[in-house]
Amino acid sequence: MSILEVRDLTMRFGGLHAVDGLGFSVAKDSIHGLIGPNGAGKTTTFNVISGFYRPTSGRIFHEGVEISGLPMEKVADLGIVRTFQHATLFRELSVLENVLIGCYSRRRTGLMDAIFGRWHKQDALLREEAEELLEFFGLAERADFPAGNLPHGLQRALGMAIASAARPSLMLLDEPFTGMNAEETLVMMDLTRRLRERGVSILLVEHDMRAVMGLCDCITVMNFGKLLAQGSPDEIRSHPEVIKAYLGGGHTEA
Amino acid sequence: MLAIVPEAARFRYLLAWTALAVLLCALPLFLSYSQKEILVFTTINVILVVSYRHLTLTGEWSLGHVVMMGCGAYGSALASKQLGLAVPLSMLTGGVCAALVGWLLSYPLFRMKGFYFLIGSFAAGEVIRLLWKRFRDPFGGPKGLKRVPGLEEFEFAGLRIDFFDPVPYYFFSLAVAIVCIWLLWRIERSPLGWSYHAVHWGDDLARSVGIPTRRLRRRAMVTASFFAGISGALLVHYVGTVNPSRFNVEEMVYVLTWAIVGGVATLYGPILGVVSLTIVNEIILREFGLDQWRPLFYGALLIASVLFLPKGLESLVAPARSMLSRLWTRSA
Repeated sequence: MSILEVRDLTMRFGGLHAVDGLGFSVAKDSIHGLIGPNGAGKTTTFNVISGFYRPTSGRIFHEGVEISGLPMEKVADLGIVRTFQHATLFRELSVLENVLIGCYSRRRTGLMDAIFGRWHKQDALLREEAEELLEFFGLAERADFPAGNLPHGLQRALGMAIASAARPSLMLLDEPFTGMNAEETLVMMDLTRRLRERGVSILLVEHDMRAVMGLCDCITVMNFGKLLAQGSPDEIRSHPEVIKAYLGGGHTEA
Repeated sequence: MLAIVPEAARFRYLLAWTALAVLLCALPLFLSYSQKEILVFTTINVILVVSYRHLTLTGEWSLGHVVMMGCGAYGSALASKQLGLAVPLSMLTGGVCAALVGWLLSYPLFRMKGFYFLIGSFAAGEVIRLLWKRFRDPFGGPKGLKRVPGLEEFEFAGLRIDFFDPVPYYFFSLAVAIVCIWLLWRIERSPLGWSYHAVHWGDDLARSVGIPTRRLRRRAMVTASFFAGISGALLVHYVGTVNPSRFNVEEMVYVLTWAIVGGVATLYGPILGVVSLTIVNEIILREFGLDQWRPLFYGALLIASVLFLPKGLESLVAPARSMLSRLWTRSA
C-alpha cells in the first residue's frame, strides 16, 4: 500500500520543464530518497507535492485521496508536512513555543474561545505533547531557549519537531543533512529512523550519498525533470544510467 | 509566557495600577474645557490605534484603517438617526458595520502582501470615502451627516448625567476603551494570538504545518475593523456630525505616526504613542501658537523616531521600570 503516489506529474515555468511526466510512489512506513544531479527538479517536485506550487498537469494521491492543486495548509491538514532547506523557525519564540505553533492544526482557537479563555485545558494537553516531542528530538533541556540561538544541528531537529507536531503521516524532508558535520549527520539519521518507527513515512531530497544510501529503503533518481531509475540503494549504486548522469558521459558514445 | 510574580512585586503592580486608575479619574479636574474635549478624543484615538496594532500583529500594515473607523461612525449615525436605535445599540451596530466592510475588503486585499497590500488598502479606503461623498442619500454627500443624536442623558442617584458635557462622555469612552483593550489583550494572549505571530514571522512555515494564514489575516482585519468602528461610533455621537474628509489619508498618517512612535511590539506601545504625541501637540504646539507647524513637526518626529528610537517609546519602558524598582528597593 503506497502512502504517496505521483502520476505523470509535469511542472512548467514558461518554456522550462522543471518536472516532466514524473511518476513514482512511496510505500507506507518506508524511508524513500529522491536524488539527482543539480537542477534535476527534486525541489520543484517537493514544492508541488507540498502544495507550494500548483502542478501544470498530473495527479498526486495521498492514501488514495487526490491532493494535487490543494494549497499547502490543506495538504498539511491531510497529513503531508514538509520541512525547509534552510532552517526555518520562529526565531524569536522559545523552542517550546515553536513546537506549540506546530500543534495549531489541531488547536483551532476561535475568537470567542480566545476571549472567554476556553483553551487552557486543551493547551495543557498540547503542552504535554510538545514536551514529549522535545524529549524525542533531544531538545528538552533547551525548551525555553530562543529558537534562533540554537546550534545548526538542533535547529534542523527543531524544524522536524515543528513538522511532527502537526502529526503527519508523511514527512517531506528537504535536504536535512546539508551543512552538518559527520556526527550531526549520524544523529539526524538516527532521528529519521526513529521517526519512521513512530509511524511516519518519509520522503527526502538529499545530496549526501552516504546518508541516502545508509538510510533509504527505496530511491528514486531524477534527471532533467524525468524519472531516471528507481530501486533499492544497491540497485541504484550500480545502475549504469545513474552513474552516467552523475559522472557525465553520453558524449563519448559512438 | 506568564511571569511568576513574587509578593513584593505584586504589591508594586497593584500600587502602579491604582495610581493609574486614580490619575485617569482625577485627570478632568486639572484640565480646561477644551482640554477636557481633547481628553475625550484621545481616549477614542486610543481605541483606534490599539485596534490598528491588532491588525499589524499578522504583519500587514493598512492605510485604510481610519476609513474603517468612518464605517463605524456612519453606521452608528445612520442606525440611530434612521432606524431610531438607542445610541449604545447603534454604536455596536456601527462596530458590526465596520467589521462587515472589513470582511468584504479582506478577500481582495489579502491576495496582496506588504507594499501592495498597503497601496491596495489605501485605494479601497478612498473608494469607500468617495461613495460617502457621492451618495447624498443616505450618507449626506461631502457635507456628511448632521444632528446625530448624542448619548441619552440619565439620572443616577439624583445626579443628572448629561453626555454633552465632556467629563461624563470621557468616563463613558474610558469604560468602552478599557473593555476594548481587555478584549484585544485576551485575543492576543491566546493560541489565536500566537498563531497571528506565527503568520507574521513565518508565513510559509506556518502554512506548512497547516495554519491557514490568509484566513487568520482576514480574521485579524475583521476584529481590528470592529474596534475601529466602535471608536468611530464613539466619536460621531460626541461631536454630532460626520463627514468624509474626517477620515482621509492625513488622519491615517497620524495613526501611523502614533503606532510607529509608540512601537507596536507591545499593547501599551501605541497607547504611549498617542498619549505623548497628543500632549506634545496640544500643550506645546497650541500653547505656543505653532499650530501651522503641526504637519512639519509630525513629519520630523516620525523621521527622528525611526532613526533614533526604531523600537518606539515602548523600548524605554523596561529600563525605566527596572530603574524604578531599584529606587524602590533602595528606599525600602
